[in-house]
Amino acid sequence: MTLSPAQQDRLAYRRRQTLLSVLVAALSTLVLGVLLVVAVTGAPGWARVRESFLDASVARESLPDVLRGLWLNIRLLFFCAIGALALGLVVALLRTLRGPVFFPVRLLATGYTYTFRGLPLIIVLYVMTLGVPGLRLQGMPSTLVLGGIALVITYSGYLAEVFRAGIESVHPSQLAAARSLGLTYRQTMRHVVLPQAVRRVAPPLLNDTVALQKDVGLVSLAGPIDAVRAAQIHTAETFNYTPYIVAGVLFVLLAIPLIAITDWVTLRAARRQS
Amino acid sequence: MTLLSCRGLRKEFGGHVVLDRLDFDVAEHEVVALIGASGSGKSTLLRCVNLLEEIDDGTIHLDGEHITDPRVNPDKVRQRIGIVFQAYNLFPHMTVLENIVLAPTRVHKVPRATAVATAREWLARVGLADKAGEYPDRLSGGQQQRVAIVRALVNSPRLLLLDEVTSALDPELVGEVLSMIRDLKSEGVTMVLATHEMGFARQVADRVCFLDGGRVLEQGPPETVFAEPAEPRTRQFLSRIIEAGRL
Repeated sequence: MTLSPAQQDRLAYRRRQTLLSVLVAALSTLVLGVLLVVAVTGAPGWARVRESFLDASVARESLPDVLRGLWLNIRLLFFCAIGALALGLVVALLRTLRGPVFFPVRLLATGYTYTFRGLPLIIVLYVMTLGVPGLRLQGMPSTLVLGGIALVITYSGYLAEVFRAGIESVHPSQLAAARSLGLTYRQTMRHVVLPQAVRRVAPPLLNDTVALQKDVGLVSLAGPIDAVRAAQIHTAETFNYTPYIVAGVLFVLLAIPLIAITDWVTLRAARRQS
Repeated sequence: MTLLSCRGLRKEFGGHVVLDRLDFDVAEHEVVALIGASGSGKSTLLRCVNLLEEIDDGTIHLDGEHITDPRVNPDKVRQRIGIVFQAYNLFPHMTVLENIVLAPTRVHKVPRATAVATAREWLARVGLADKAGEYPDRLSGGQQQRVAIVRALVNSPRLLLLDEVTSALDPELVGEVLSMIRDLKSEGVTMVLATHEMGFARQVADRVCFLDGGRVLEQGPPETVFAEPAEPRTRQFLSRIIEAGRL
């Protein structure tokens, strides 16, 4: 099929424009990069900073310990994410229950989300890991588990609100359609409302999981050695801050797949909407 | 035999009275068209019958059972009444087939294989056999509405309520839905339809009810109501419809 001269002209023009944009983008990136490198390396204190933050031998030395700490972060993240998602969903569902019988349950669930979204995580952690063991109850779980519980409690407060937003975003006509078919409230939630709600709020849920990934390390305040704590120990031994950079890079690497999944899910959700 | 009997229905929304001591009956195998201006209470009446709205006074009996008794389980009542909405209200996260088999399998505990077979039979009958695996948003409005009607019918309801089922459709898609309703009538399905399609109401309905001010102001065979309306309000309404070229 031959295109009309007008269309050929349009396509040629667009090709030229595209090429031009790519060139401009490449040039501006290069200029900015050079400026940054010059500004940092040209700074009067650069030699000292490079020594104390970017020492390759210190990095190599600290890597095994930081990695061991990171493994703790990963395990904690895995269990806390599952726990917080499950508890968050339960709390959100309790908040949506109607009827006077459920008034106390609703009140409790609402109080829960208000309290634990307002309370700093560090305080919850201290209470769980230092206060609760003080009760000297039988079968007290380890500090690590108690810290994990603190994380789950705090994050489920946030996640519950995300789930609730999703549940309330499902149009009432969907409920009417489901109920009119004779489905009970539970069946309607299970088969009609929740599948749509969870799909809609998947991006913010994953976003909170990325945030959780950074906060799991706070359990080290109570003793367990995570990546950041391992880096801190090395820093204290060598008087060199490079281990922190090592831990930072590892955290970013760990976050990349999760963030990529979040972006992909968001994009897919946006495409399904249109 | 009387299938549905409403007595003295009253429903208000925030002080605005939509149904005002309304009496309404439907016999078995009868097709009743509800006509009237927007806001005259057609949709509200259907939603009250299906217990989607709580009435403020009066009683509704279905098959002689008092269904507005607060001790009656509304889920059990709704299992015997099908309703189809103006905006289809299909479940967007389920395929056409899943939409249709949801209630039979979950509510009526029909084995899945049986439910699927019934659903496919119905889809074939309404010319949508090839759409079973599609998601609703891939279907035209007319196709979605036919799926919605099938979804209500597979539960073999005693009564089918149709709430302005063609109002959201492009004119060229209205015909396919109306012909489906005509087929249902010939099979003896009891239907109450709120509609703006006067021509269709005239053809398919055994009885036309004109709602005005929250009551059935006038009712009778379509020939009588459309040709010689007794009430001035009915005449006024119909003349406006004729002006708009809808009759």
